Amino acid sequence: MNDHIIKVENLVKRFGKLVAVDNISFSVAAGEIFGLLGPNGAGKTTTINILCTLTRPTSGQATIAGLDVVRQQSQVRRLIGLVFQDPSLDERLSGLQNLRFHGLVYGVPAAVREPRMEQLLRMVELWDKRHHKVQTYSGGMKRRLELARGLLHHPKVLFLDEPTLGLDPQTRNRIWEYILELREREGTTIFLTTHYMDEAEKADRIAIIDYGKLIAMDTPEKLKKMVGRDIISVKTDDNDKASTEIKLRYQIEARYDGDGLSFEVANGEEFLPTFLKEFGTRILRVSLRRPSLDDVFLKLTGREIREEEVSDTFRAMIRQHGRRMRR
Amino acid sequence: MNHLRGVYTIWYRDILRFWHDRMRLVGSITFPLLFLFVFGSGLSARMGVLGPGVDFTQFIFPGIIGMTVLMSSFMAGVSVVWDREFGFLKEVLVAPISRAAVAAGKTLGSATIALLQGMVILLFAPLIGVSLSVGTVLTLLPLMFLLAVSLGSLGVLMATRIRSMEAFQAAMQMLMFPMVFLSGAFFPVQGLPTWMNVLVKVNPATYGITPIRQVVLGADPSSPYAISLFGQTLTIWNEVAMLAIFGITMILLAIWSFGNQE
Repeated sequence: MNDHIIKVENLVKRFGKLVAVDNISFSVAAGEIFGLLGPNGAGKTTTINILCTLTRPTSGQATIAGLDVVRQQSQVRRLIGLVFQDPSLDERLSGLQNLRFHGLVYGVPAAVREPRMEQLLRMVELWDKRHHKVQTYSGGMKRRLELARGLLHHPKVLFLDEPTLGLDPQTRNRIWEYILELREREGTTIFLTTHYMDEAEKADRIAIIDYGKLIAMDTPEKLKKMVGRDIISVKTDDNDKASTEIKLRYQIEARYDGDGLSFEVANGEEFLPTFLKEFGTRILRVSLRRPSLDDVFLKLTGREIREEEVSDTFRAMIRQHGRRMRR
Repeated sequence: MNHLRGVYTIWYRDILRFWHDRMRLVGSITFPLLFLFVFGSGLSARMGVLGPGVDFTQFIFPGIIGMTVLMSSFMAGVSVVWDREFGFLKEVLVAPISRAAVAAGKTLGSATIALLQGMVILLFAPLIGVSLSVGTVLTLLPLMFLLAVSLGSLGVLMATRIRSMEAFQAAMQMLMFPMVFLSGAFFPVQGLPTWMNVLVKVNPATYGITPIRQVVLGADPSSPYAISLFGQTLTIWNEVAMLAIFGITMILLAIWSFGNQE
């Protein structure tokens, strides 16, 4: 086997005139957490659907563990686990029955399946609720159950399409704990899409996608370094004087920012101690901000990734409704 | 092997859901029983004898069995549309089982439930003075099953193209009731006006319900239960063959259509 468990080469998907995925190539190493980041409609879900054999690409190639996602569909399906954006559980059955169904469909032998079901349900803290119908679960519980289900057949790659969309911050953190624990324990490769910047930071590597094109791909750290520099905000007893002094001492132009000043430096952590020593008690307040992935996206596209975001619950509602109307 | 496991799993889930929802059984036989006892008893006295020693209630009894099976087997389509609406279909479609297995599993699941419901109706035979031997019942089961599988695959086929629950239900009503009324379930099919005769003869349900009646009430070719096509009186085997051809066509179309949806 090679090191790259997912390989995508020149992938294109057109829907009529719309180019949803526009000639993208990348690969993901085994055991990596790989994040596909981009605004809604950028092509994230289409990419995931191609990789998990639900949509056929217009052209290009994608392989998982060396298996072609078009020609070797059913072998690929055996190797992957999925958690979709929208719930895909049988609400009339219990949590346990949903898992058992999954195990049966994936051909997991009962001797492996039953203990594994318990282990996973305990991991996502649903063991006590295992006999309850899924109908009675909250949104977060459903997502956790789907996570457990996606892992039941020991997939090599777990695909998570917006795994925490519409969940409250507490539940989001919990889901992330499971994801990180999972990689630790089972070495599963995790491929996820998200439009939450803070979530993308947890990935080992990120690819940023916009209008179907990959516009950047690297570790979150390196991507942020690419935008540049750390931002220092400071408030002093005399901002005008401080501004002149900063220019003289470090040749840096400071901007007025609210009731204080802000300026950029290459390495904030090293700069700050010297700065504090030299300005001493004149400083009333100081803060150091590292560039975020938001800044990266802004720099690359000139837009904020979440500017069009109304509210996730509202969007989820519209989607639910729209799906009904469309089909 | 892989295919069989897929078919079995899909079938098993539908049976499990049915088991959880046993009230459905009561609901689905209420309507046929109303027909049988209210409609039947109400009209029996006025209709006189519709066959050798057979009154109206006894005459429609096999028709009611056929109707129950037919209506319930259409649920295969409803459950596909339902699964799509609730997202569960996606879980099934990304699983390492073939689409053909999914379509077959759905059809067989609803056919099993339809058969069960038809059997419940059979239990009422003594109440209306129809005596059924073990042999008769054993002959009826495969006939009912064939009817259920044929119309169940039609339901699945429709569900691959009609995607909203509302539209599917409308289409189902539009198809189901004419199929029941024009199958000879409620009246003898001899001496009908030409337009009606044509509709009865092109209706696949006719070839499912007529043999059920012939098995229950008598298969004598000269009896009023037999039907003829192009001047030929059909035997039970002819009728079964016609329904089987329809059923196989529907299964193949359903499997093909199911495999072709994204």
